[in-house]
Amino acid sequence: MALFIGVLVLAMAIIAILNKKLSIAVIAAGVVSLFASVLYLLMAAPDVAMTEAAIGSGLSTLIFFYVLNKIKRYNG
Amino acid sequence: MVRNFLIGLVLASIGFIFFNLYNTYEPKTELNGIAAHYAAKGAEEIGAANIVTAIVVTYRGFDTMGEVTILFLTASIIGFFLKLSKKDEAKKIIHHGTSELLITSAQILVPIIFLFGVYVFMNGHLTPGGGFQGGAIIASGVALLIMANPNRQINHHAILWIESISGVSFVILGLLGIFLAGGFLDNRFLSLGTFGDLFSAGAIPLIYSFIGLKVGAEISNILNKYQKSQKES
Repeated sequence: MALFIGVLVLAMAIIAILNKKLSIAVIAAGVVSLFASVLYLLMAAPDVAMTEAAIGSGLSTLIFFYVLNKIKRYNG
Repeated sequence: MVRNFLIGLVLASIGFIFFNLYNTYEPKTELNGIAAHYAAKGAEEIGAANIVTAIVVTYRGFDTMGEVTILFLTASIIGFFLKLSKKDEAKKIIHHGTSELLITSAQILVPIIFLFGVYVFMNGHLTPGGGFQGGAIIASGVALLIMANPNRQINHHAILWIESISGVSFVILGLLGIFLAGGFLDNRFLSLGTFGDLFSAGAIPLIYSFIGLKVGAEISNILNKYQKSQKES
C-alpha cells in the first residue's frame, strides 16, 4: 500500500515537472502533497499529515493559482 | 549535450549519496537518551495524552515560538511587497462569476470548518493536531470564503488585533512559567488536572489556543494580501 502511494507521488511529481501547462502542473503538485499526507498517516504521524493536507495541498495550491493569474494578466 | 551530461552527473552523485545512506541505515530497536525520557516520563511530567504536543509546546516550546515568529515575519514580508496604492485599493477584482455550488457549500461548510479548526487546537493535548494544524484549517475556511466571493472584504483590523493579542499572550504565558514554575513555557503553573480531560495538562490548552489563533490570523492575512493583489488590471 505504502509502495503504491509512493509510486503515485513520484508519478505526480514527474507530471508537475514535465507538463507544459502550468495549471496542470500546479494541481499535480497539490496532489503530490495530498498523497504524501496519506503516506504520513500510514506511517503513524497524524500530526504531520494534517499540516501537509491543510497547507501543502490546500493553501499553497490556492496561492500558486493567485500568482499564476497575476502572471497571465501581466503577459497579456 | 554537455548540459545533459552534467545534469546526469549531478543526479547520479545525489543517487549515490542517498543509496549509501540507505544501505548503511539500521533502524534502532530502542529509543536513545532524551527520547526515552520523553516517552517514559512525558505523560507524568506534562500531563498531556499526546506526547507530540508535550514535546512541541513544553519541552521544545522555545522552538515553537521561533516557528511562530518566522510565520509572522513571512506574513509581514508578503504584506510589504504586495502593498497596493490608494488608487488600486479602490478597484474591484474582475472575475467570471462563481458557481452556485461553491457559494452554497461555502455557506454551509465554513462554520463547520471553523468549528473543526477550534476543536483541533483546543484538543491538541489529547488528540493529534494542535495550534499550527488548527490555524491552517481555519485559514482554509477563510480561503473557501474568498473563493465563493472573490470581492469579499476581510476585516483587516480584526485579523491584526487577534494576531497581536494572541502573540503577546503566548509570550506572557511563557514568562509566567519562569516566575511560577520551572522555566520559560513551563506548563505546570496551572494544575495538571486529570489525565485525559479537556482542562488538563496545565497551560497547554491555553498556549495552543493562542498559537492556533495567531497562526490562523497570519495565514488568513497572507491569503487576504494575495486576494487584494488580484485587483489591479
